[in-house]
Amino acid sequence: MDVTRRGFLRISGAVGSGVALSSLGINLKPTKAYAHELDKMNRVKAAKQITTICCYCAVGCGLICSVDKVTGKIFNIEGDPDHPINEGSLCAKGAGFFDLTEANKYRLQKVLYRAPMSDRWEEKDWNWAIARIARLIKDTRDKDFITKNSKGQIVNRTESIGHLGSSNVDSEECWLMSVISRTMGLVYVDHQARV
Amino acid sequence: MTNHWIDLQHSDCILIMGSNAAEHHPIAFKWMLRGKEKNGTKLIHVDPRFTRTSARCDYHVPLRSGTDIAFLGGMINYILNSDKYFKDYVVNYTNAPFIVVKDFDFNDGLFTGYDKAEKKYSKETWVFEKDAAGIPKKDPSLTDPNCVFQLMKKHYSRYTLEKVSSITGVSREDLMKVYTDYASTGAGDRAGTICYALGWTHHSTGTQNIRTMAMIQLLLGNIGICGGGVNALRGEPNVQGSTDHCILYGNLPGYLKMPVASLDTLEKYLKKYTPVTNDPQSPNYYRNYPKFYISFLKSLFDDKATPENEFGYSWMPKLDDGTPYSLMHLFDAMYKGTVKGLFSVGTDPAVSSPNANKVRKALEKLDWLVSANIFDNETCSFWKGPGVDPGKVKTECFLLPASATMEKEGSQTNSGRWVQWKYKAARAPGDAIPVGEMFIKIIDAVKALYAGEGGINPEPILNFKSDYINRNGAFSALKAARQINGFFLKDTIIDGKTFRKGQQVPTFGMLQDDGSTCSGNWLMAGSFTTDGENRMTARGKDDPTGLGLYPNWAWAWPVNRRILYNRASCDINGRPYNPKRKLLEWTGHKWVGDVPDGGWAPMADRENGKYPFIMKADGVGSLFGPGMAEGPFSEHYEPFESPLSKNPLSSQLNNPALHVFETDMDKTASASDTFPYVCTTYSCTEHWCSGALTRWQAWLLEMQPEAYVEIGEKLAHEKGIKNGERVKVSSARGFVKCVAMVTKRFRPFLVEGKTVHQVGMPFNYGWLFPEDGGDSCNILTPSVGDANTHCPEYKAFMVNVSKIQEAG
Amino acid sequence: MNKNELVKLIDTTKCTACRGCQVACKQWNEMPGLKTRNWGSYQNPPELGWNTWTLVRFQEYVDSKGILKWLFRKEGCMHCTDAACVKVCPSNALYRTEFGTIGLHASLCIGCKECITACPFDVPKYNPHTDTILKCDLCYDRLKGGELPACVKSCPTGALSIGKKEVMIENAYTRAKELGGDANVYGDTFVGGTHVLYVLGEKPEVYENLPARPAVPLTIVAWKDWFKPLSLIAAGGVLIGSFFHYITHGPKDTGGNSDQTCKGGGE
Repeated sequence: MDVTRRGFLRISGAVGSGVALSSLGINLKPTKAYAHELDKMNRVKAAKQITTICCYCAVGCGLICSVDKVTGKIFNIEGDPDHPINEGSLCAKGAGFFDLTEANKYRLQKVLYRAPMSDRWEEKDWNWAIARIARLIKDTRDKDFITKNSKGQIVNRTESIGHLGSSNVDSEECWLMSVISRTMGLVYVDHQARV
Repeated sequence: MTNHWIDLQHSDCILIMGSNAAEHHPIAFKWMLRGKEKNGTKLIHVDPRFTRTSARCDYHVPLRSGTDIAFLGGMINYILNSDKYFKDYVVNYTNAPFIVVKDFDFNDGLFTGYDKAEKKYSKETWVFEKDAAGIPKKDPSLTDPNCVFQLMKKHYSRYTLEKVSSITGVSREDLMKVYTDYASTGAGDRAGTICYALGWTHHSTGTQNIRTMAMIQLLLGNIGICGGGVNALRGEPNVQGSTDHCILYGNLPGYLKMPVASLDTLEKYLKKYTPVTNDPQSPNYYRNYPKFYISFLKSLFDDKATPENEFGYSWMPKLDDGTPYSLMHLFDAMYKGTVKGLFSVGTDPAVSSPNANKVRKALEKLDWLVSANIFDNETCSFWKGPGVDPGKVKTECFLLPASATMEKEGSQTNSGRWVQWKYKAARAPGDAIPVGEMFIKIIDAVKALYAGEGGINPEPILNFKSDYINRNGAFSALKAARQINGFFLKDTIIDGKTFRKGQQVPTFGMLQDDGSTCSGNWLMAGSFTTDGENRMTARGKDDPTGLGLYPNWAWAWPVNRRILYNRASCDINGRPYNPKRKLLEWTGHKWVGDVPDGGWAPMADRENGKYPFIMKADGVGSLFGPGMAEGPFSEHYEPFESPLSKNPLSSQLNNPALHVFETDMDKTASASDTFPYVCTTYSCTEHWCSGALTRWQAWLLEMQPEAYVEIGEKLAHEKGIKNGERVKVSSARGFVKCVAMVTKRFRPFLVEGKTVHQVGMPFNYGWLFPEDGGDSCNILTPSVGDANTHCPEYKAFMVNVSKIQEAG
Repeated sequence: MNKNELVKLIDTTKCTACRGCQVACKQWNEMPGLKTRNWGSYQNPPELGWNTWTLVRFQEYVDSKGILKWLFRKEGCMHCTDAACVKVCPSNALYRTEFGTIGLHASLCIGCKECITACPFDVPKYNPHTDTILKCDLCYDRLKGGELPACVKSCPTGALSIGKKEVMIENAYTRAKELGGDANVYGDTFVGGTHVLYVLGEKPEVYENLPARPAVPLTIVAWKDWFKPLSLIAAGGVLIGSFFHYITHGPKDTGGNSDQTCKGGGE
């Protein structure tokens, strides 16, 4: 499911972040403006508007991604004026949200692998990486699995694998990591909530 | 947060302490400023450092890092001695009238029951006297010398203005100013709230910092009310969601307890964690614990979980009793070589963990490391870090490319417990996929290996339900969300209403303990309607109470309640204490307003009425809190590394229940001339946490390009350090080089008659990027943690600062 | 009076220096973040630049009562009525829009840098990569689209607002009165009135880089009245303009020749 928003210019509240200028009775008819200078605004108006939630502090501000209908790419992100918490406004990190998209040249795009003693990453495909990771998990778990502790109590745990993270992914993903780690017997399970 | 962001505007007085709200929660701070503008909210900032928050508050009061309990203990003393507490609330809604057993005592920094060798308390004396019916004895007049109220009065009488001032470095005038302003909210028609964050949790007494404030909030009648509450300004996008789902060693989703070795059967486990009360007026909601836990096991193992196999209880890992497995313990074990593999997902512990040099050494001992992120970071690439020879590191490393938040669908829970669904706006670049999908792929591959080869304790893996994939083979957050909410697994009739097999459970009140329902996290039951409508997608702007609760914007746990403990906003007859901010009201047959904490009548109805604190076995707020590791009341202890060699209040220098690590890399230095300055760490608006996301963003990096240490003008003058010069900051564990920011915003404290300087550093930087941005300040921090949570003491430790004598 | 005239009000007493505006401006206008160094201040880049059209300035200040304040001031184009930059621009790249703001047709700019010297607020900056001037146009495209300027929209606290000139002037004075003390309104009484107003918590002279009494230099008035009409008739106008600049101002460094916006620090 996705949502197309038409509320980009929605008017709400006082003359501040949540308002559109047309509410002020300003004449916005075209005059002698240069067409190319209005390009971005026109692109935004023609774009698909999809809402998201900010990924930094836990205030949960709403943002609107403008997605080019032809390329499917996000080209502008700003605050959602309809959102009751941020009312369209954003702090520095939120205002720079666009730089988290693929427009950022540092985004990881390939599975990377570093072999023992190697001094570099090499690109791999998912199938190879998943198979190798699963093998390492099983071998480590089977080798070190603790069925009984020093008091002879049954503990069924894997102390030799740890899991860290993350408060930086969606809740459904958190739940999966929380439970998958326990099905593998992990007890060293922690994340940023403690740090 | 007990309350939520928009509610902050309704407060009459906001104490911002242990938080730098304007910098770290700028949009939350907007609501505080709106309160100031519209309702005359007084904003008070108590913090070692003058920050952007201080700049916009009514006033700022600097205090020495690590002395919050002394500061707040003084406030309790003031409230009790000046009769500023809200008596009606304290008598009815807290355990202030409860009588504690005669053997309970406190002497020279220690409560009764301390085992010096084990560094642990046995809590036999931290209990209440009970009557013949097994109900705690009470003295509503609050005069019995052994009632909680009197014991508390006695305990905090030691926190005099003189003593508190000498410990904290805050002048007596400033103390009184805060105490009187804040205590003015102890009236029915006034609300005060506390906004805290990591500035309180990052201490060896972190949990007690918060508890002390919770006690103040109970004394002033500020919990459960509009504009009140205890509000943790949580600092990561989904840290509420990740905590609710308990990626935490001691808990399972919904804060259920992780089983321990001594509880070898399901029956023993359920008995241990299902509280009982003999008081018919206490709802004791956790009596439903077995329903939550068994429904949880059913969500994992579906029809493979049966009453005969204890729903899979025996397959699940058990912790050793009383043994912590926190982040610091993980790295300690890794350093000692017992941990061979690590998943590090969306996190950068090589920068963000305390004693980072130890963490980095520990990583070198791993056989394998699986990281998933949207950018590379210092943990994934530890093998090429400073001083590391990749040719000697055996670790097999994987760096899996993840989808960014706007490239995937799913929910995020904000600090006010609003669970907001979000949508996929664009495809992730290249081969990046959501982290959820990676874990499904991994567990399915592991499953296939166990199915093919067999192995040890294979049942929990083979039986794990993992079909959260859509028709295209991609991760379906929606399917997982439905399982987390839970289903009826067979046709069920509840109160005359029939629910069909396959329908979603509409509220946790309907979960069953016989295996006929599943729910991955009971708190989330109700995030879907019975008919399967996803309430997290709701975007209604209606505001029936006029208090900004927005009940139809997203969905809040529990059961869409927007303010927790809200029945305490009314007197025992259900009349609102503050008619101007009417959160809830009892009409004689039902509650109107927010979703109430249970629909029972108010407690004045002795037949049907219930107490308001429904999750507590006794039904009231705990001024006396025996659940804590270091005492039922809070007590000031010095940070593990402190400028003082003696605690001004007792002979007990540090938290007596502290767990200390003892490897060769766990050096500490307290009250030492080598490291004479208190240091604290923090973040800034422009970066986020370790900077693992924000340092890669040019707009943000441009504003805060490299590591710095903030130094007061006086100390800088003494050390001959000029603004903008490079300096070396060192602790017993290592050193970092960074830029000195000489500022008027740090000023020395007068502590126990001597001048104590404090400095501060952001923890946003790491060696990987930018290359000249400096390394993590966590090279300096100690791996010492809070006795209850093992949250590291990042906020108070000792350092030295010196000028770098190098060319250029 | 132009009914469309807009004024942006910057209430410095509400600003938390979250710098949402500074980034929102770059995001909308697609200006890059450049290499900086920490020079002992949160303020970065240290000054406005071709890629930084608005900048939050940070200033520690102890007032006469000994109270420590941290002053935050969002700096950027003031959009003067009596705009020196428009007067000196030989190619009509800088122009007055129907909102009363100063727009920039970057494609017409010839990179003569006249506006840099003329501006009493030190606002226009030269981009060496494109050989043009760049500065805030108060998001002319967004204004035309009925949207708020990116900075105003991003502002969480109400420190930034925009509206009809007379309303905003009134709001500014009401706020200054409410604040009392040294609070004052800055901008409406000089250079014909600016289209960006400040409510300042302290006297204007307290703020770094803020002229207490800004004015269009007389030489520029002269230039506009006498030389510019002539020079535009003549084919060599630009050259004459540059020559005139040199003889009236001397070889002032108009900056912006480097992508390194470092100040103070560095190694």
